[in-house]
Amino acid sequence: MPYFSAVSLARNANLLMAAIISLAIAFPFLMQSLGLEYYVSFASRILIYALAATSLNLILGYGGMVSFGHAAFVGIGAYAAAIMIAEGVPSALLGWPLAMSLGALLALGVGALSLRTGGVYFIMLTLAFAQMIYYLCVSMKSYGGEEGLNLPTRSTLPGLDLKDDIHFYFVCLALLAMSLFLLKRLIGSRFGHVIQAIRQNQTRMQALGYDVQRYKLICFVIAGAFGALAGALLVNHGKYVSPAMMHWTQSGTLMIMVIMGGVGHRFGGVIGALVLLGIEELLANHKMAWLAALYPNYQQHAMLGVGVLLLAIVLFAPQGLAGLLVRPEPPLKSRQ
Amino acid sequence: MPPIAVFMSSTLVLEQLLNGLQFGLMLFLLAAGLTLVFGIMDMINLAHGSIYMVGAFLAASLVNVTGSFTLGVLLAIPATAVLGMLLEITVLRTLYQRDHLSQVLATFALILIINEVVRIIWGSDQPLNTPTALSGPVEIIPGLLYPSYRLLIIAVGFVVALVLYLIVSRTRVGMQIRAGASNREMATVMGVDIRRLFTWVFGFGAALAALAGALLGPLLAVQVGMGENILILTFVVIVIGGIGSIRGAFLGSLLVGLVDTLGRAFLPTLLREIATAQVASAVGPALASISIYLLMVIVLVWKPTGLFPARA
Repeated sequence: MPYFSAVSLARNANLLMAAIISLAIAFPFLMQSLGLEYYVSFASRILIYALAATSLNLILGYGGMVSFGHAAFVGIGAYAAAIMIAEGVPSALLGWPLAMSLGALLALGVGALSLRTGGVYFIMLTLAFAQMIYYLCVSMKSYGGEEGLNLPTRSTLPGLDLKDDIHFYFVCLALLAMSLFLLKRLIGSRFGHVIQAIRQNQTRMQALGYDVQRYKLICFVIAGAFGALAGALLVNHGKYVSPAMMHWTQSGTLMIMVIMGGVGHRFGGVIGALVLLGIEELLANHKMAWLAALYPNYQQHAMLGVGVLLLAIVLFAPQGLAGLLVRPEPPLKSRQ
Repeated sequence: MPPIAVFMSSTLVLEQLLNGLQFGLMLFLLAAGLTLVFGIMDMINLAHGSIYMVGAFLAASLVNVTGSFTLGVLLAIPATAVLGMLLEITVLRTLYQRDHLSQVLATFALILIINEVVRIIWGSDQPLNTPTALSGPVEIIPGLLYPSYRLLIIAVGFVVALVLYLIVSRTRVGMQIRAGASNREMATVMGVDIRRLFTWVFGFGAALAALAGALLGPLLAVQVGMGENILILTFVVIVIGGIGSIRGAFLGSLLVGLVDTLGRAFLPTLLREIATAQVASAVGPALASISIYLLMVIVLVWKPTGLFPARA
């Protein structure tokens, strides 16, 4: 792989970034003029999952905390936003911050109990708490129970019409961009350096006098809040909420996005969400003649393709897709 | 007489105890293989639930082909074991040196792949009925009729558990397995071929998973996705029992099986004593589902490496 000089790499990255931002802004208008409005809504979904995956990447990639229950935070944000709408308080200015606070609060509780352990036990505890939240939501019969709840409308924001897919797209885009900017500032800050150092060598950071548990907990809480924000957006996107949003396979899917995109890479979550949802969409909803010639019913088995691709990435590209594009620094092997 | 006593007559309690025992023993068949894989190779294998599913599908179609329940199940077990060993040699073997995250992801990918392959071969579900000879109930004590098929499951579960215990604690292979689980490097240095041993352990685990899938098939349903929920329960079992420990897996299985079954049967009724009927019927099942996770949290807070940790 050719190595670029740092300057040209930075210039290329800036150019690339400018191109991507322009494309993201032009995209809905382009689709509208082509009569492909469906893809505006689809792109919003990618943006929302990108936000959820990015929040997971903060704890997984930068903090080294393998949380197998991130769907719980997405789910609690989703239910908070949905219940506000269902109870006749559709204001996003109230509902979404409430969703984030609840996500943060849940993360505080789960983190405080799980972060004492490490390795497999941390994985299992985060999973266990997510399962508990899942069953609690199944039991909420007045909000749809296991079937879930259809919502009459989306949240409202002053000056915008969220029912309009293009408005909604830009709200998602703005929130994702804001989150990515915050992530950049966070990992560049003193706090971010401490968190990454803890991932690389927790014992050493402890010996240096850092309150390791507190740093990890704060990191966990931030991720919980942004996961919940993604949940609130997801509910608005589909006007539907159900416990299935926090089934353990959903936590697995979010992890897949992060790994596919690149663990501990700033755009890992975005790339992962784009690629995973893109491939799913491509395989399931677009008949490709050469694949159909191989197997006529392949569209019903789109997940097979996703699985094979995922397995290939784990086995042959351990740094994720972002790692194929740029190779920043060789990651230090974390000591479990 | 208070209403609670009517609900909880002794035969009902006994019946639910037997149900819990039966479920726990089936969990043990799954947990035994998983805990050894986990303990020896430090490998998280989410695809264990898929092996259970494949075992159930193979059993269903083989029962259909042969016309005999026993023959079908007995053929499905070695077939699944061979498939499991192939999986170990081709894919899983490359994952031992990787971190847990990669293992979770790769085996999650295997779940997706195996689900779709099963769907392509068999469709989304397969009929598998209890053998006609065992479809009726038997009266085990006066006033308690219990399905004979469930009794068979309990008997098979106990026999397998006993055989497994004897293999692991009394044979040379069992000694090597225990050595591998407590310290892999040391066992290798002492001349145990861990890689080969492990392929066999994996195949054995797959065989047990297939047995569980085939036996539970008529009670639950043979369908795609059947492995995913029971997989999580199995992980709860082995974490409670202590990773790598057969004894822990056995105790953890019975504990989880009983708590889950009894919770589902009696928690809603018990709640009705302290809350309104509406609240009880809504919260009761949820609390019952949550109870095993609470159990796990409590055990881990009390003993952070489970009840019987295999590693010194």
